[in-house]
Amino acid sequence: MVIQGCARRLGDNINTDYIIASRYKTRMADLASLTPHLFEDADPGLAARIRPGDLLVAGRNFGGGSSRETAARLILQAGLRAVLALSFSRIFFRNAINVGLPAIECDTTGMAEDDVLVVDLAAGRIENRTRGRILPFAPLPAVVREILQDGGLAAHFQRHGGFRIT
Amino acid sequence: MPGGKTIAEKILSRKSGTDARAGQIVLAEPDFLFAHDGNRPLAIEAFAELRGRTVKHPERMALVIDHASPPPTAAVAALHVAMRTFARAQGIRLYDVGSGVCHLVVTEHGHIVPGTLVMGSDSHTCTEGALNCLAAGYGVSDIAAAMISGQQWFRVPQTIRIEVTGRLRPGVFAKDAILALVAELGPDGAVYMVLEFRGEGLAGLGMEERFTLANLAIETGAKAGIVEADGVTAAWLQGRTVTPWTAVVSDPDADFARRIVMDLDLVEPMVSCPDAPTNVRPITAVAGTPVHQAVIGTCTNGRLSDLQEAARILAGRRVASGTRLLVVPGSREVFEAAARDGTVSALLAAGATFVPPGCGPCAGVHAGVPGPGETVVTSANRNFKGRMGNPQAAIYLASPAVVAASAVTGVLTDPRTLLE
Repeated sequence: MVIQGCARRLGDNINTDYIIASRYKTRMADLASLTPHLFEDADPGLAARIRPGDLLVAGRNFGGGSSRETAARLILQAGLRAVLALSFSRIFFRNAINVGLPAIECDTTGMAEDDVLVVDLAAGRIENRTRGRILPFAPLPAVVREILQDGGLAAHFQRHGGFRIT
Repeated sequence: MPGGKTIAEKILSRKSGTDARAGQIVLAEPDFLFAHDGNRPLAIEAFAELRGRTVKHPERMALVIDHASPPPTAAVAALHVAMRTFARAQGIRLYDVGSGVCHLVVTEHGHIVPGTLVMGSDSHTCTEGALNCLAAGYGVSDIAAAMISGQQWFRVPQTIRIEVTGRLRPGVFAKDAILALVAELGPDGAVYMVLEFRGEGLAGLGMEERFTLANLAIETGAKAGIVEADGVTAAWLQGRTVTPWTAVVSDPDADFARRIVMDLDLVEPMVSCPDAPTNVRPITAVAGTPVHQAVIGTCTNGRLSDLQEAARILAGRRVASGTRLLVVPGSREVFEAAARDGTVSALLAAGATFVPPGCGPCAGVHAGVPGPGETVVTSANRNFKGRMGNPQAAIYLASPAVVAASAVTGVLTDPRTLLE
């Protein structure tokens, strides 16, 4: 799985309230109507800059706070194809994988807004075409790769009738 | 040669039938699952997405209506109807409007005992770890997968051991101690780890204070907070459950990622300042800040002793003009007990407004959204910008004593100044 896209940059500790504020909780069935509010309380201009196929690049502890899976679903809905961060909160990491959004822990310190990145999930390698750098990252656990390959947990269960852990 | 095991490693070893060690991934059967009405999709909607037909172990599951209870809109009321219909069809216990916050409800009703593996659809599921179990929060797809298959994959967490020593002084509470620890660890200081609380200092902390300790674990990124079980735990469980249980302790030679001493003697009243739980300062540093809304309740501090502490401070006093005091009993059990012992009358007499048992205004969907430019002090656990429904409000987190004292004076106040 190789993903190429343009970086949309965020800082450290972007929690789920900053991904999508809890005041929208009652509207979360209608994801499409919520994409303009993505990251509203953290960076009000960011939602308008996102183009389909972009990659989200963040700092430490991305996705802390609430268990709302909508946070991961909305990032996908907005057209972002993967999240790269220095570290992830545990629940967000699981939610991302479950909805089919690759969450890659890697050194994002040298990545800037608009950098063109090519992520090779199987090889565990990110190429920063803008800066001419190659960055390795630790491979995702096998169970996580299985679920991502199937397109998320719903697809994984539909395909295997339960967990398939090799 | 591998050494001993932590509590989390022991629970996951037993539940998975493997020699589970930190860093490994195991497949295991949770002992209890629960989901609430707080997030869309609901767990029951994710269950349908995963093509679930029947819940594998309905007797090991509960649904709780707590986040928007009673429902503020027709759309939310429809979700509640869907939850009731699902529970009836699947034979699952449902705790309806007014029962209280899921973490209080599932513990008070005896669903949780030491040594078990618990999954909840709420990030503060770590609260239940005060009962010496491994309890963690999950998104709805993970809950749905466990509903269908009876199983889930777990990464075995590392553990930070918190050695609790000393005794809290008057006007100082477990909330202050854990806020200080949250500040020390930072928002990602314990990501994917367990905070394991043990030590002679625990003896001076009641079950309700232990729930407060475990509740805040997630604000350091932790997967769970686990408290060692003792006579206090056994006495609290007595009469709530008939399920046999055995306490789990770490081996002396277990491999801990870090050891921290929490000396209760040294704790001062603390406050988390806007906009993060980790932005902690002593109350003395921010005393005098005007407060428009004071809130006592939530899964952090909505228990009987919290309401009693507030009543002690408010007895014979009035909420300051220009300040509102909202009291949200954490559960029906708490509300009933507080009504019986005079706590409710004392709070009403002081000018408190009661909100039905549940999450109340904490998650920003109803029952106390602050106005623009207003300042809130609450006994809750999160103060991210916009958390209570308005990004133009400032939120401070503190103990119920600080909240009550601030309600009396109308400004952030050290509760020790109001104690005899």
